[in-house]
Amino acid sequence: MTPFAALLERLLFTPGRLAKIALLRDYFAHTPDPDRGYALAAIAGDLSFVAAKPAMIREITMARVDATLFEWSYDYVGDLAETVALIWPDTAPGVAPRLSEVVDALHDTSKAALPARIAGWLDLCDPSERIALLKLITGGLRVGASARLAKIALGEMAGLPADDIEEVWHGLLPPYLPLFDWLEGRAPKPDAAGAPVFRPTMLAHPLEEADAASIDWDAFRAEWKWDGIRVQLVATSGGKRLYTRTAEDISHAFPEILAAMHFLGVLDGELLVLRDGQVAPFADLQQRLNRKSPTAKMLAEFPAAVRLYDILFDGDEDLRALPFDARRQRLEAWYAQENPERMDLSPLIDFAGPEDLAQLRLGARAASIEGLMLKRGDAPYLAGRPKGPWWKWKRDPLSIDAVLMYAQRGHGRRSSIYSDYTFGLWRDDGVLVPVGKAYSGITDQELNFLDSWVRNHTTSRFGPVREVEKALVLEIIFDAAQLSTRHKSGVALRFPRISRIRTDKPAAEADRLSSLMARVVRSGIAKGETLVEAPAAAN
Amino acid sequence: MVVPHPETWLRVLPQGLYCEPGGFFIDPLRAVDRAVITHGHSDHARAGHQAVLATPDTLAIMRARMGAERAGESQQPLAYGEPLDIRGVQVTLRPAGHVLGSAQIVMEWRGSRAVVSGDYKRQDDPTCAPFEPVECDVFVTEATFGFPVFRHPPPAHEIAKLLKSLALFPERTHVIGAYSLGKSQRVIALLREAGWDGPIYIHGALTSLCALYEERGVRLGDLRAATAAKKEVLKGAIVVAPPAACADRWGRRLNDPVIARASGWMRVRQRAKMAGVELPMIISDHADWDDLLRSIAEAQAPEVWVTHGSEEALIHALSLRQIRGRALRLVGYEGEEPGEEAPDERASAPPEPGDHLPPVAEGAA
Ligand SMILES: [Zn+2]
Ligand SMILES: [Zn+2]
Repeated sequence: MTPFAALLERLLFTPGRLAKIALLRDYFAHTPDPDRGYALAAIAGDLSFVAAKPAMIREITMARVDATLFEWSYDYVGDLAETVALIWPDTAPGVAPRLSEVVDALHDTSKAALPARIAGWLDLCDPSERIALLKLITGGLRVGASARLAKIALGEMAGLPADDIEEVWHGLLPPYLPLFDWLEGRAPKPDAAGAPVFRPTMLAHPLEEADAASIDWDAFRAEWKWDGIRVQLVATSGGKRLYTRTAEDISHAFPEILAAMHFLGVLDGELLVLRDGQVAPFADLQQRLNRKSPTAKMLAEFPAAVRLYDILFDGDEDLRALPFDARRQRLEAWYAQENPERMDLSPLIDFAGPEDLAQLRLGARAASIEGLMLKRGDAPYLAGRPKGPWWKWKRDPLSIDAVLMYAQRGHGRRSSIYSDYTFGLWRDDGVLVPVGKAYSGITDQELNFLDSWVRNHTTSRFGPVREVEKALVLEIIFDAAQLSTRHKSGVALRFPRISRIRTDKPAAEADRLSSLMARVVRSGIAKGETLVEAPAAAN
Repeated sequence: MVVPHPETWLRVLPQGLYCEPGGFFIDPLRAVDRAVITHGHSDHARAGHQAVLATPDTLAIMRARMGAERAGESQQPLAYGEPLDIRGVQVTLRPAGHVLGSAQIVMEWRGSRAVVSGDYKRQDDPTCAPFEPVECDVFVTEATFGFPVFRHPPPAHEIAKLLKSLALFPERTHVIGAYSLGKSQRVIALLREAGWDGPIYIHGALTSLCALYEERGVRLGDLRAATAAKKEVLKGAIVVAPPAACADRWGRRLNDPVIARASGWMRVRQRAKMAGVELPMIISDHADWDDLLRSIAEAQAPEVWVTHGSEEALIHALSLRQIRGRALRLVGYEGEEPGEEAPDERASAPPEPGDHLPPVAEGAA
């Protein structure tokens, strides 16, 4: 329990991703089997046993602690496990049980014997170990790290990409001894035959001007870059899964997609909310992504679909070594035969040359499109982000000049700096209304400038938020503007970020809300409908 | 002769706790003619008294912090254990183990003995003399950590956490937020005990007090000015600074710092989170719950007065032990970090939605 408790405590207070990975890596490298495997299972949410009830924990505590003192303490601390952990009398100094000992015992301790068993452990633990133990056995463990982060740490430990671990992951069970044996070179790679494992995704580089100049355009195919999330559909004899491109299993959040997977194979595509063939704004998909398991109402209101653009496996035939053109043919043939519900094909775009494409990209202002994807016709499907075969060519962002209204301190390393900015636009009646929040886009120097500007122009404070004089103009760039009933202004910006601080511009000359509303794209694009507006109309 | 109960000769006045026959106040909250001072923290040792009696170390600390002229018109040093008669009241100072020079005030009048312990702790502290229990009729105690959830681990355990973090993140500057009088020097001395003999970088606010500790015989080793040091030099270094400085611009200059904080409040995770601390170190110069009860038991007093802190839980616990407890509710003493929090909105910031905000112990900010 001791190293596991120390890890949990440190992760809880560590904001940085790299620091979390270092902590996990240190833990996995220095903790013996099978404890580290159970810790990995706890992080991945793969530990299962009958959870102890909070009422029982309270009861065994009350046998040792005055009830009044307990209630006052609980009131003060605000968390049951933590209160019990802190107030539990230090009676029998000893060595805390190992994590594996706890997990094993929870499997084979009878319900009647459980309270005495837990009390015995609590006696042997220090407060930090008690918190870990109590959170674990009551099922309330929140680890400040994802399964993905743990796999990255394991990969670093073994000198392997985390995706290699994903490939074998779903065939394994806690405490994952074959995994650790493989990572430490004692055994071959575990065989994930038949399991619906994630396959490492192929990613694109952003196309910069220099790249565009040297590209062999004839070798490339073009697709729209859809504004949803990249997913991988996996259906094997061992089961069905829907993964994000970081291997997160989101099957439970999208049961309608799972239900439509009657085939065997692995496909790559974009998850979207699609209504009557029209792509809904990203905010709609966000509603679904926020829910672990959707209600019937949400399923009806925000119907999900997948727009397919690649095939990795047809049945158990691995197609990844085939060139893109051949895979595309296989995809089309596969689609014609299977014709799965809630799925369609992302069309290839005809183009004559780079000018043609540039024009298409400039005009691509539909809310559902982020730009273009360029894929080499002769390139195999490669894991990771190889430079050259795939490019993403995002359309230029839109921009507005907005007025800084509020600032809030950031989190973690930025917790002492006003780094979150709410900005607004003028309504026609002269009222400034907030339209969005931006956290990024500026240099450290600009950040310092804004931080002291905020401190020197504060008009009032609400906790961590400062309201400022309506005097500073920020140039905000964003990818799209979408109608939103959840925003006071009626409009939501996609990916707003600060591009410049316009100290040169008087606040009164900032943009009006009406000019932003004019750029709102009111609906998605229907299948087959033209996706292009004249560039002039877009800006 | 009937022995007078201390409540007949010790009174709570607006200026603070007053020994009537002796004609002096203990740690008065405003300027008075005669003051006996337990220790140098600013909420106990205030400026502008006429006559001040305290240990030589406490007087030195007062002069260093407020200037000789404001540290009392006349200053009378009294060593630990030497009895002094003040108008028939015998006054003796006994170590309180809180910070350098900290003392309990033992007063005897007509066969009745009261002990005002000031702020105190029972854990080992290489920078000051250990607490000496004194039997008495009334024991006057603080209750900064007067909740049973506050149990301080051995400080060496907390120092080990920091050293482990340094080994894991050798590029990052580790900044320990610690109150400038007492805590800082204790943390430095604990690091030395743990074998860290490299330089320790200190914030400017600590310079004169660390020098004073050194002068008075507390070895702190190689200390260097953090503000003058180059960012590059501070990679993997230990910096000690007042908590407010860590969170503010000063701390931002450092190299991807690990913000640590040495405080008893770090025991409760939500409080540590709210303080924006990455490495909480539960190190306190105040007695924890168990040590409050232990000290009270050792004083063998049938009656206990609580000056400040969370007295409600403590008085309840005393009632379970058939000890009479009384809250003096002296307003003006602070908890662990007197006057240290920046006048920032941090303390008044509302919790994020969904966060549970524990009630703040009186005077704990
Ligand atoms: Zn003090
Ligand atoms: Zn105090």
